[in-house]
Amino acid sequence: MSAIEVIPVDRYILLSTILFTIGVLGVLYRRNAIIIFMCIELMLNAVNLLLVAFSSFLSDSKGQVFVFFIMAVAAAEVAVGLAILMMVYRNSKSTDIDDLNKLKG
Amino acid sequence: MEASVTTYLFYLLSFLVIMFGCLVVITKNPVHSVLYLVLTFFAIAGHYVLLNAQFLAAVHVIVYAGAIMVLFLFILMMMNLNDETEKHKSIWLKASATVASGALLVVLVGAIKGTVLTKPAKIVDTNIGLIENLGKTLFNDFLLPFEVSSILLLAAMVGAVMLGKKESN
Repeated sequence: MSAIEVIPVDRYILLSTILFTIGVLGVLYRRNAIIIFMCIELMLNAVNLLLVAFSSFLSDSKGQVFVFFIMAVAAAEVAVGLAILMMVYRNSKSTDIDDLNKLKG
Repeated sequence: MEASVTTYLFYLLSFLVIMFGCLVVITKNPVHSVLYLVLTFFAIAGHYVLLNAQFLAAVHVIVYAGAIMVLFLFILMMMNLNDETEKHKSIWLKASATVASGALLVVLVGAIKGTVLTKPAKIVDTNIGLIENLGKTLFNDFLLPFEVSSILLLAAMVGAVMLGKKESN
């Protein structure tokens, strides 16, 4: 039995909203750039969960294919982002976003 | 009887997702944050199984918990950030961050309350998450985006290698 038959879809919308907000909170709350990356992953996963819930709700597999594309984009983003962070760490010995103000002028 | 088991599992997994998500943000040690994020991903994979997206659940565990989070752990290990070296924001910044995200939650929930949802599908097809149907959709309707995403991954790989290379000057 699919969960979508017994759980109303609003519950999934609410759960995804809460998860997305936790990701936003993490981006605003923490100073370590790696943790901020992880919170962005959390937000992407909130969207993924909602896409799968709607795909199951409408019995349409297109939503799940979109989740694959989001996963591919997330993997690319993490690879490039962490490489940039390694460069930043090599130059300034810190990943604290408050120390990364060289572009401020 | 079976329906109630599914309901309990939904609420249990939702509780786990929210609790581990909060712990990712709150925990001081970055390595613990990564491990809590892995647990969050496992709980989300459980949600995918409940929603009959079995193949997606497997891919989610392999790609996120297996690849992306190992990359994060590896970077943390290379930077030697496994102890609590992070200076903390002032209490005012933390309080304003909490208030801002709480206000965002209120706005989003308020917007959702006002929406009218479409009717669900009449016949619930439990096979849409299987690899056969997903593959048919992927290679019929989404062939061009699939090829474009392969170019994106190639570009990301080249970019990561370029950035990670030691400068030879």
